[in-house]
Amino acid sequence: MNWSERISPTVNAIPPSGIRRFFDIVADMKGVISLGVGEPDFVTPWHIRESCVYGLQQGYTAYTSNHGLLELRQEIAQRFQHEYGVTYDPRSEALITVGVSEALDLALRAILNPGDEVLIPEPCYVSYTACVLLAGGTPVTVPTTMDNEFRVTTAQLEALVTPRTKALLIGYPNNPTGAIMPKDELEAVAAFAEKHDLIVISDEIYGDLTYSGKHTCFSSLPGMRERTILLNGFSKAYAMTGWRIGYALANPVFIAAMTKIHQYTMLCAPITAQVAAIEALKNGQCNMQKMVDEYNRRRRIMVDGFNKIGLKCFEPKGAFYIFPSIKETGLTSLQFAEELLTQEKVALVPGDAFGASGEGFVRCSYASSTANLTEALERIGRFVKRYL
Amino acid sequence: MIELLELLEKDPTLTVEQLAVMLGKPQAEIAAEIKRLETEKIIVKFQAVVNWEKAGVDRVTAIIDVKITPQREVGFDAIAERIYRFPEVRSLYLMSGAFDLMVMVEGKNLKEVSRFVSTKLSTIEGVVSTTTHFMLKMYKESGVILDDKEDDRRLVVSP
Repeated sequence: MNWSERISPTVNAIPPSGIRRFFDIVADMKGVISLGVGEPDFVTPWHIRESCVYGLQQGYTAYTSNHGLLELRQEIAQRFQHEYGVTYDPRSEALITVGVSEALDLALRAILNPGDEVLIPEPCYVSYTACVLLAGGTPVTVPTTMDNEFRVTTAQLEALVTPRTKALLIGYPNNPTGAIMPKDELEAVAAFAEKHDLIVISDEIYGDLTYSGKHTCFSSLPGMRERTILLNGFSKAYAMTGWRIGYALANPVFIAAMTKIHQYTMLCAPITAQVAAIEALKNGQCNMQKMVDEYNRRRRIMVDGFNKIGLKCFEPKGAFYIFPSIKETGLTSLQFAEELLTQEKVALVPGDAFGASGEGFVRCSYASSTANLTEALERIGRFVKRYL
Repeated sequence: MIELLELLEKDPTLTVEQLAVMLGKPQAEIAAEIKRLETEKIIVKFQAVVNWEKAGVDRVTAIIDVKITPQREVGFDAIAERIYRFPEVRSLYLMSGAFDLMVMVEGKNLKEVSRFVSTKLSTIEGVVSTTTHFMLKMYKESGVILDDKEDDRRLVVSP
């Protein structure tokens, strides 16, 4: 029996994540410094963990409403009002999900018909294109370049928009490049979305981690609130990756559709994590700022380090990644990553894991201690010298 | 300046070069600033936090609550000085509440600390009473958890 024939052709056609493949190589090696980790090196601040423990002691162990705890939705709405001046009704315009990953899946499944196209600036997070395919849509990637600091332009978008384009999926600050979109360029994207009547899915999970001015929330732009499905969560800014708590904010029609899928597939996000998330929003700003300051210092170490090594890279303005070009070594991204791992025991992620336009680059996460980063830079420097 | 101080408080081994990169400032500026902070005694001292127990060295630390009679003109300060001049005294704080001074004393053993309290500390004029608490275990010192078991539990590579 050939069981693989029984697998859905859609699933069969999707390649496994490039990161996963690399993970299998690294997993058994010893003495490796990893810059390949896409999550904070901070453990969740203690007050948040402690509130979860207290919640468990109080018996918070049941299902919550499909939408999530109302108190959490209220805190989120309040934060967006305060930070970005965008108003969302916590009762009808917010949905708590199992990480942004689920929220993204729900958003795409809620809006896509077979063959609908979704524009995705690339390099991008590994699940964007896969999720579009699983939802029956067609991902149309929009390659961005280092020369333009991996920001997407309306000219690039105009070149690829068709009558079948239904939505635009953006993720800034960006994983893997660390790129951000300045407000005026986001306004141009907004005008483009309006012109072509597109739904915009904006993944702003790194929105709190910016290092040159405040993040612009896409739905805060004039006219965008109604056509935007805003995705965010607690993983990065509050160092809560394993808790799996994210959320979607959008107009009531989108939220109702997404909730329908969520209630039949997930029912609700874990209550323990929701309780902790409430504490994060209520009392977590000070700790978050400390982490952001620390990332900023490490970011400078990395930029300085790669400049000294002689690899071209642009200065990332958000998230906790730096995306240097390795083209001058003559190696492909995968070769570079594999050779660096064998020769110098530093793990990073080949850029093509984030789409074809990531080829020629590698993603280095600076969510690691200063000592680790300094040592890793030294090893990378030694390695690169053999090829330049 | 505050960020520089916070960094040095956490890790005094950071070099001027590293600090300059981390703070995005020229090296000369950082070097001058550190010198100024030291001259003005804003940075009092660069010191290591040592876990002596782990080093196999026996030491006894006691915290002593001291009640004193404040003196005219100088209040608590004169008696405080007479106490903190003793090298056995590691820290000294003026406190609100049930007693006045909190003295942290370090010695090789129980006897040595007791002797210091009975012969030196309690005999100072103006000291009304002392209550000695011996420290049994140190969990956290200067913001550092001594035996932190929270390792990096992340996967080596993740998206």
